[in-house]
Amino acid sequence: MSQIETFYEVMRKQGITRRSFMKYCSLTASALGLGPSFVPQIAHAMETKPRTPVIWVNGLECTCCSESFIRGAHPLAKDVVLSMISLDYSETLMAAAGHHAEAALEETIEKYKGNYILAVEGNPPLNEDGMFCIVGGKPFVEQLKHAAKHAKAVISWGACASYGCVQAAKPNPTQATPVHKVITDKPIIKVPGCPPIAEVMTGVITYMLTFDRLPELDRQGRPAMFYGQRIHDKCYRRPHFDAGQFVETWDDENARKGYCLYKMGCKGPTTYNACSTVRWNEGVSFPIQSGHGCIGCSEDGFWDQGSFYDRVTDLTQFGIEKNADQIGTAAAGVVGAGVAAHAAISALKAAQRKTQDKKEEA
Amino acid sequence: MVTTPNGFNIDNTGQRIVVDPVTRIEGHMRCEVNVDENGVIRNAVSTGTMWRGLEVILKGRDPRDAWAFTERICGVCTGTHALTSVRAVEDALGIEIPDNANSIRNIMQLNLEIHDHVVHFYHLHALDWVNPVNALRADPKATSELQQMVGPNHPLSSPGYFRDVQNRLKQFVESGQLGIFKNGYWDNPAYKLPPEADLMATTHYLEALDLQKEIVKVHTIFGGKNPHPNWLVGGVPCPINVHSTGAVGAINMERLNLVSSIIDKCIEFNKNVYLPDVIAIGGFYKNWLYGGGLSSKACLAYGDIPENPNDFSPDQLHLPRGAIINGNLNEVHDVDVRDPEQVQEFVDHSWYEYDEPGKGLHPWDGVTQAKYELGPNTKGTRTNIQELDEAAKYSWIKAPRWRGHAMEVGPLARYVIGYAKGHEDIKDQVDGLLRTMDLPFDALFSTLGRTAARALESEYCGRLQKHFFDKLVTNIKNGDESTANVAKWDPSTWPKEAIGVGMTEAPRGALGHWIKIKDGRIENYQCVVPTTWNGSPRDTEGNIGAFEASLLDTQMERPEEPVEILRTLHSFDPCLACSTHVMSPDGEELTTVKVR
Repeated sequence: MSQIETFYEVMRKQGITRRSFMKYCSLTASALGLGPSFVPQIAHAMETKPRTPVIWVNGLECTCCSESFIRGAHPLAKDVVLSMISLDYSETLMAAAGHHAEAALEETIEKYKGNYILAVEGNPPLNEDGMFCIVGGKPFVEQLKHAAKHAKAVISWGACASYGCVQAAKPNPTQATPVHKVITDKPIIKVPGCPPIAEVMTGVITYMLTFDRLPELDRQGRPAMFYGQRIHDKCYRRPHFDAGQFVETWDDENARKGYCLYKMGCKGPTTYNACSTVRWNEGVSFPIQSGHGCIGCSEDGFWDQGSFYDRVTDLTQFGIEKNADQIGTAAAGVVGAGVAAHAAISALKAAQRKTQDKKEEA
Repeated sequence: MVTTPNGFNIDNTGQRIVVDPVTRIEGHMRCEVNVDENGVIRNAVSTGTMWRGLEVILKGRDPRDAWAFTERICGVCTGTHALTSVRAVEDALGIEIPDNANSIRNIMQLNLEIHDHVVHFYHLHALDWVNPVNALRADPKATSELQQMVGPNHPLSSPGYFRDVQNRLKQFVESGQLGIFKNGYWDNPAYKLPPEADLMATTHYLEALDLQKEIVKVHTIFGGKNPHPNWLVGGVPCPINVHSTGAVGAINMERLNLVSSIIDKCIEFNKNVYLPDVIAIGGFYKNWLYGGGLSSKACLAYGDIPENPNDFSPDQLHLPRGAIINGNLNEVHDVDVRDPEQVQEFVDHSWYEYDEPGKGLHPWDGVTQAKYELGPNTKGTRTNIQELDEAAKYSWIKAPRWRGHAMEVGPLARYVIGYAKGHEDIKDQVDGLLRTMDLPFDALFSTLGRTAARALESEYCGRLQKHFFDKLVTNIKNGDESTANVAKWDPSTWPKEAIGVGMTEAPRGALGHWIKIKDGRIENYQCVVPTTWNGSPRDTEGNIGAFEASLLDTQMERPEEPVEILRTLHSFDPCLACSTHVMSPDGEELTTVKVR
């Protein structure tokens, strides 16, 4: 790894002052939800840790994850790409194409065996011999397996890579398959959402660079730091839920007062994500704040749970609340809270969807 | 040598060049060309290499949910499919949206046009014209002078500023880890800019990267997030409350102020950076006028940005509607997307099959049966394609035609149609640009013209965004805070059967969604999207599509380095996830299932 420059060296070489560097470290600390006491630790890590090569591949997807990634505000996308990582293969951004692009991929794999991160956007379709997604004349699944072979770790960006997302919704005509079903011998971090929040994406990367380890994952393989709690738990409209104040129809008086969207089908009570805390696009808003319920886009199989406007049924308002409280207690009090929370929430979901096909557990 | 019915000469005897993956696009695409002994492209084959099947997934779902599914067709032109979808459902069910919803939707759609055009030019297209490695040789002082000449009102223009950026770039290049610039074609003579212009444009690449995350905040305010903001059948989901208790839970004065400040930022950037860059860069490529393809012969636009809600008549649309065929700009045909004779899709060279070969189908009656098979002259194997056989099936993209004609869609098509119709804003912009660049009208029909039309459109959309913001505020001032019509929200109010169509002008061109609703559920859903038009393979008659036509006769500096191919393909801003999602409404057994 010694041939790779450290993060700090690269930043200094690129004309970034020590002072800006320290500011960057404190921004990183706050982005990760860490206190100021962690800033020296982060700075130390940046000064000594290598600049990690990243190979970013695309399967069946819509590129919303790449688009979200470049929305990153702290750190800025340009600083990530120029100073933090070495983005050695990205079909969306790279200058080269065709054979020259393929050569860049091969050179990176060869030079940094075992030391690069593989970021996957989208997923491989397995029907039709994989030829529903072709890269370089061959099935994408081959490129994925090839690039994963020598990767240090794999990041599954978004709902596509993590769970399958829209092309895997019933009847999944291409047999679009999440990454962990195809790559089974590497550590995989799922960063779900359609897309994930930009700062969550860069937060996961900077966490790995800073602490030189994978973030703590929940049972489904998601970073606990961003996916450990439900949107409902931290929603600023939660007091209206607790008070029984609901939007009854779109654009009614209650909507204009910012009441709870539960009756409009909001999936906040069953969705684990950081939307109500980190919020979107530099904290400007998140779906509920802008008047539409959460559609649950970071949950497995969210396309197949009935209409986005169906209220979470089979349970009364107070029933949900009761369960939510129980889950809350477990999450606060037990080590491995993520597991407990998920067990409970799975039971809750099973009750809600008893008429539907049970999905295979991830 | 063969002459296609739409008038292009094709010769596939020369050296075959394959570009796969085509990078800096949305989705997956392959391109093959034949070049003659002089390095001139004599045959072009464009292939969509991905397919997701969203329409069959939509079958049986709640029509009010369709926007969310179709929005995920594309995360780059995020929201435009959602808008098209809610329009299709509203058309089917006879739902009229309130005035404020029309203004907010227009602001969001225009915001997308600007964001998409800026990101396209700087982050997907610029490296076809701009050489960041050459920028290291620039004199920062001369760069500053160039900046002040082309964009005198842009505040970031000092020699020190450009020196800092150059230093950062220099260290990046010298680190040996070139990242996204790795294996670029930096010594290819196809790059024509002096180092100062390269430095200025590379600097703006970074500025635009910072700006684009600001632009989209308009979507975040009205739609909760970007990419993939939320939409609503019947209006928009965000309520308005600027006067009373609870306003902090709605669109209030603070939110409107934020929208207004972003609109101003867009206008400033278009005026001071984007348009001047295109003119400055274009000035060095004035003699490189390849890539016109279909643009001088056949253009199509559905039109968009209705001044008033629920009125899509052509004279009420700020972006023009119409069709030009046979190169006759004196006659702009009206377009009726409901007419079964006008828009049709063919699959003879696509990896699908119809019961009746050679027939075209209107989207309401669209049928798609996947059939992945390679022609007898393919080189390679079924799962390792070396060279395609374009005489057979060769793409996951269908071939849409307007009255049998292959059409170009997108900013250039809109501007050609607008110009031909005498659209005043468009005419002023085009005439002004040509005068500034000292180019004749025909220069518009080129790769450069396509890129310039996009920049002009971004500028125009900035002004329109302001227009609709003012309109929104005026309407609120007049006491109307309504944002949604819920009279037909409940499916029990719907007819047993209904059909509808929604149209938009997506950043990349004419976009249509056709829906059939039965018993409150989607019975059939078809999308015909911009890159399906532009990236179309050959049709039954042998007409070639816009991508293929645009590459012909281009002189390549070094055939083994595809700079010119990328430059022209990128000028269309290809979106392959959009173009190749089409799927059968008719059956579940669509593919030969072979699980690996």
